[in-house]
Amino acid sequence: MSMDRREFIKIAGISSLLGLGGVSGVGAIKGRVEASQIKKSPEALQAKRWAMVVDMSKFKTEEDYQVCIDACHRVHNVPHITDNPKHEIKWLWPDTYEHSFPGNEDEYRADKYQHMPFLLLCNHCDNPPCVRVCPTQATFKRKSDGIVMMDMHRCIGCRFCMAGCPYGARSFNYKDPRPYIDESTQNPEFPTRMKGVVEKCTFCYERLAHGLEPACVEAAKEVAAKKGTTPGLVFGDLEDPNSEVRKILSERFTIRRKPDLGTGPSVYYII
Amino acid sequence: MYNGAKIIIGLIIFLGLVIFPFIYSGGKATAKPDPKVDTPEILQLPENERKCVESKEYMKKEHMKMLNEWRDWVVRDGVTVYVSTSGKEYNMSLQNTCMKCHSNKEKFCDECHNYTAVNPYCWDCHIKPKEKES
Repeated sequence: MSMDRREFIKIAGISSLLGLGGVSGVGAIKGRVEASQIKKSPEALQAKRWAMVVDMSKFKTEEDYQVCIDACHRVHNVPHITDNPKHEIKWLWPDTYEHSFPGNEDEYRADKYQHMPFLLLCNHCDNPPCVRVCPTQATFKRKSDGIVMMDMHRCIGCRFCMAGCPYGARSFNYKDPRPYIDESTQNPEFPTRMKGVVEKCTFCYERLAHGLEPACVEAAKEVAAKKGTTPGLVFGDLEDPNSEVRKILSERFTIRRKPDLGTGPSVYYII
Repeated sequence: MYNGAKIIIGLIIFLGLVIFPFIYSGGKATAKPDPKVDTPEILQLPENERKCVESKEYMKKEHMKMLNEWRDWVVRDGVTVYVSTSGKEYNMSLQNTCMKCHSNKEKFCDECHNYTAVNPYCWDCHIKPKEKES
């Protein structure tokens, strides 16, 4: 049987089309079967965009914020590295007014504001620069609730996100963090990190999935219950007009860190 | 034959290198892996509930793919409940679901992974269960 060029191209074209069609058909069926096997936990807390309000009037002494920091770092097995400040891992940490709100300094501002230790964390931006620069999508914004997440399995440790974040909310594991975590008090339900990945606050996504508020918010509530005041940290849905966060925002004057950069931070401060 | 001595010496060295692993292991095959599922956590379950999330055959073949899918669903999509083919629901978590029953990492995971010389990096971050001396 002889075949001219025209005939050959026709047959090759049709068979490759059939092949491609077949593969994508199988893929579609496979995807559907798998997707029907999973569901959201009914107890999970849900929101369109999680946000936090920090009421600075409740954070006067070192102990006030240390309670929240300890709660966070204990739950997430954050190593306590003190021998080199550059190797420090921070999810929730205090800093001065001028570092927290640069461009707003005033030499005559009252000392109590100037030296007030502001409680800082990842701002879970609406338009996060860290996500834009991540080459592997290891850090990404969850469509379901706006949390800027870390997928430690994908992080290659390039640290672009650390350069991109204007809030210094990200820490790099320059060395294996395990020796710096106390094994007797570590949380066996949450992983640690390994050398060479970047980590940060994740708004306790793992707790939200089981119907719990973030660890720092829970700690702040416990302190408030003891003292008989309102809690210093309030967590809620920014897109829900009836949420606790929105109620506070509609009543009190609040500021955000560096809003002029256009990142749309979701953490608000009442001074 | 040109350079006959050199060629023969070379051949002997080559053969020696090839045969060495067989001689070194004494001609015996390495013992087959025998992963243990007799942890106290599993043994205290009633007989008819001693089942993994899916069938034994499926888990043997597909557990690595399943773990990858669980990871993506939980971390990236925020979906945490897995409904098995038997209709039972499980929290998708290596540390808090798998290892709660399979608390014997060395006898369960490592047994086959060492045999097949695969080195998954799960335990660089995930905390392995405390092994009980048995």
